[in-house]
Amino acid sequence: MRGLEFQGLSSVSGPIIILKRREEVGFGEIVTVRDGRGESKTGRVVDLSCDYAAVQIFGSTTGISTETASVEFMERPMELLLSRGMLGRIYDGLGRPADGYTPSFSSNFRDVNGEPINPYARVYPQDFIQTGISAIDGMNTLIRGQKLPIFSGSGLPHNRLAAQIIRQARLLKEAESFVMVFAAMGVKYDVARFFIKSFEESGVLSQVAMFLSLADAPSIERLITPRCALTAAEYLAFDCGMHVLVVMTDMTNYCEALREVSSVRGEIPSRKGFPGYLYSDLSSLYERAGKLQGKDGSITQIPILSMPNDDISHPIPDLTGYITEGQIVLDREMFQKGIYPPVAGLPSLSRLMKDGIGEGMTREDHKDLSSQLFAAYSKAKSVRNLASIIGEEELSPLDKNYMAFGDSFEENFLTQGENENRSIDQTLDTGWKTLSSLPRDELYRIKDELIAKYLPKERR
Amino acid sequence: MIEGRIVKINGPIIKAAGLESCGLYDVVEAGEKKLTGEIIRIEGDTATIQIYEDNTGMRIGEAVISEERPLSAALGPGLVGCIYDGIQRPLRDLYVQSGAGLAPGVKAPALNAEKKWRFKPALQAGDMAGAGRVIGTVQETELLLHPVFPPPDFPEEEITFIAEEGEYTIEDRIAVARSGREIRLAHYWPVRRPRPYREKLGMSEPLITGQRVIDVFFPLSKGGTAAIPGGFGTGKTMTQHAVAKWCDADIIVYIGCGERGNEMTDVLREFPEIKDPRTGRSLMERTILIANTSNMPVAAREVSIYTGVTLAEYYRDMGYGVAIMADSTSRWAEALRELSGRLEEMPAEEGFPAYLPTRLAEFYERGGRVTTLEGKTGSISIIGAVSPPGGDFSEPVTQHTKRFIRCFWALDRELANARHYPAISWLDSYSEYAEELAGFWESVNPNWAVSRAEALELLKKEQRLAQIVKLIGPDALPDTQRLVLLAAEMLKNGFLQQNAFDDIDMYSSPEKQVLILKLIMDFYRRALDIIKKGAPLLKIRALKSPGDIMRVKSRAANNDAGAIRELERKMNTEMDALLEEYKK
Repeated sequence: MRGLEFQGLSSVSGPIIILKRREEVGFGEIVTVRDGRGESKTGRVVDLSCDYAAVQIFGSTTGISTETASVEFMERPMELLLSRGMLGRIYDGLGRPADGYTPSFSSNFRDVNGEPINPYARVYPQDFIQTGISAIDGMNTLIRGQKLPIFSGSGLPHNRLAAQIIRQARLLKEAESFVMVFAAMGVKYDVARFFIKSFEESGVLSQVAMFLSLADAPSIERLITPRCALTAAEYLAFDCGMHVLVVMTDMTNYCEALREVSSVRGEIPSRKGFPGYLYSDLSSLYERAGKLQGKDGSITQIPILSMPNDDISHPIPDLTGYITEGQIVLDREMFQKGIYPPVAGLPSLSRLMKDGIGEGMTREDHKDLSSQLFAAYSKAKSVRNLASIIGEEELSPLDKNYMAFGDSFEENFLTQGENENRSIDQTLDTGWKTLSSLPRDELYRIKDELIAKYLPKERR
Repeated sequence: MIEGRIVKINGPIIKAAGLESCGLYDVVEAGEKKLTGEIIRIEGDTATIQIYEDNTGMRIGEAVISEERPLSAALGPGLVGCIYDGIQRPLRDLYVQSGAGLAPGVKAPALNAEKKWRFKPALQAGDMAGAGRVIGTVQETELLLHPVFPPPDFPEEEITFIAEEGEYTIEDRIAVARSGREIRLAHYWPVRRPRPYREKLGMSEPLITGQRVIDVFFPLSKGGTAAIPGGFGTGKTMTQHAVAKWCDADIIVYIGCGERGNEMTDVLREFPEIKDPRTGRSLMERTILIANTSNMPVAAREVSIYTGVTLAEYYRDMGYGVAIMADSTSRWAEALRELSGRLEEMPAEEGFPAYLPTRLAEFYERGGRVTTLEGKTGSISIIGAVSPPGGDFSEPVTQHTKRFIRCFWALDRELANARHYPAISWLDSYSEYAEELAGFWESVNPNWAVSRAEALELLKKEQRLAQIVKLIGPDALPDTQRLVLLAAEMLKNGFLQQNAFDDIDMYSSPEKQVLILKLIMDFYRRALDIIKKGAPLLKIRALKSPGDIMRVKSRAANNDAGAIRELERKMNTEMDALLEEYKK
């Protein structure tokens, strides 16, 4: 039925249109709708019955009339044209070139929904990525093939942090560098501009494929944008053997688009009006990170999401945290204190860290050291709370040690310049230095041999 | 063969006409791609079907063919060591067949039909056979003897033929009854129907997990049910992995239900290399994995739990102790919610269907310790992870689960933030099995009950003091109370916290667990005595033994009780010397 257009719709309601079903319509198939002026829009069949088909339009339905609109069924799911030439290009939210050049020469179309990866085919990610940022390398190590989101809030420097990771990320053992896929969903033009500029400055623009669905694009388009980006990433990683870093910002806008569609379709909402399948839907994106048996490439995901009202228990960060392998949480209080990057020490976590660090990967003392730093910092925080009530003078000598440690940890270990690229050795040595303000007995999570070897001499 | 036509498609829920003569929960093949589905409702001539695979491209009018049998698991030798998806498709074979992506419609038999098993008959022609009568055995793995039974619904009957000892595939006929019924090495059993047993038994034996906070404080018994609720990042999966690795069950069924793909890969990578401390064999030789990760079809997630329990019941019926890890039951409940929403059912709490508690109860009740049809004792222990949204335990899945389990390991966000693992809160957790298991622990060490009660009491005291400390600081407290803080600190760091990556600390034998606990409590008692005689706490802090006691968990090997006793002597010597000073 490709090439045939059918005139007339039964109803239009927000992004959903309903029309008489034609014989050969398949579930999930792509539909092109032309309004009275000939402007065309893309949609997808989301519901089918004997008489009617419901189509969700990725774009604005303004101006569509039930009489003059015409519909063409494309007999294929939403697809993306793939080639190596995607690097260095800019696409719109539906994967169409948006930089004024022609589409790449290729006949390699692929369904943007991908296929779920067979867990048996996965390779457990274990390669340490050095980001040059102590708060990440030392405490919440990023691993190649991981999905590690940044939980942020409006006004916090998540974009600067993401840009710094992109500039500095490299593997210790291999010379290969990363290529990037960047998906922007509902962010302001300035934010996209900031990333483009940062890619330009570090000279990697030709290594980035960008999918931009900016704030002024129809919100529903955002449901497709990350899928296009990940399909491109899968092609680059598993067909071309590249190591791909995918940055997706802002996932909150994606989830809100999903809620919008769900409410128009009259589905039963679960928490905060989000559909009950938000978890499954998000995992269909996040689970597309990883490494596969017999393939050279890998996909590492850094989704960025802003927590509404800085609330980490909001459904979006909550469900994301249940799927991703850890999270980097940015903290407003630390930001206000002038700490950059304001990575909250305790709620941040990297689940894959345990197998990617230690002897032969980073350094033998990394595991014990980071565990000790976590424990000591947690203690320092509770001492700080105490001090705010009873006053610093009333603290015991040991507690004062902890106060000093907390300050030194934040000032020397966590804080660093936006262009400062620390090697893992520098990071770990700084960690030991901050620990040296504590008595030797307090280092109970570190093996004696390691203390003897790494603790700065004057403190042993 | 009954054939119907698709009349409506709404995601994984479709409706088909012409299937009115099929039974509820019968399996169908739907559409051109022959996707597996299950009939979940029949109204008039329309059947509602849930599809276990991605059905993009499916059209109205395509054929639906009923297999006229309910969704069933294939049960026979060869299950152990395999990784399946929610509807028991072997993921290893699917990978070989169709690569890294799980394409809709790919199929592979659950059990290898070509592999030959050495069968030893236990009966002769003319003997009676029936449910619960062993007709022979197969050595499934080096350790696992697999008795071969007729299916549980096989009537008691005389057999006219039985195969001689030799090599057979699961499809070969190994016995024939007078009525002509055949018995093979494998049979099918509907996953939603619990397998029969003779009677349920009480609990008396603990499931030793090697995790101190669990075994000593909140023990689980063989055949018991436990829940691990916790927000993200609190270590549900880590705890499940640790229990799956070290618990003394004969068979582990690990159900990865709606969780991360890499976690299953982690198990696949790690388990074959870890040796079971009891048998010295690879852990994979006792493990079956069911992986229906979060990005795999949601309907198959719903059924994965039942598939897992059915496999567990099969091994229970042989008289084995089976432990099920279900990670996570919340994802399963969400699958129920999603499907219920698509069925347009009236929702109860938070959009969950009203039958959620019933389904949870049915699942947990399939656990237990039983006398099998054969007369042996087998057990299924169920450990379900719960992922409450926002870490809030008042949500429906956690609340309903609490009604059907007797052991509650609550994970605590603050402990996890301080990287205190396992982050099992000693204040919110409970185990109703502790009393039933006292007998076992008394035989390990008669001090168990006293030390345990004292330690729990101490931790409660510390909790109350911590409130005061928050307001006025620890220095305002008298030394006796500050000693409570010190001793609680030692309990937390030296006993409750356990490093899953430390070669020695990752598994603690029951003997070692009680010895360490007793050592800490003895330290507390002696120190208290000396402080009451007038010694300042500083003197106690200055001793060498508190630091050593906190580290002994990762220094003394499991069979090295001597090292702990030695430390006990040292501690007593130090205390004696101190006591001498303040005697007057």
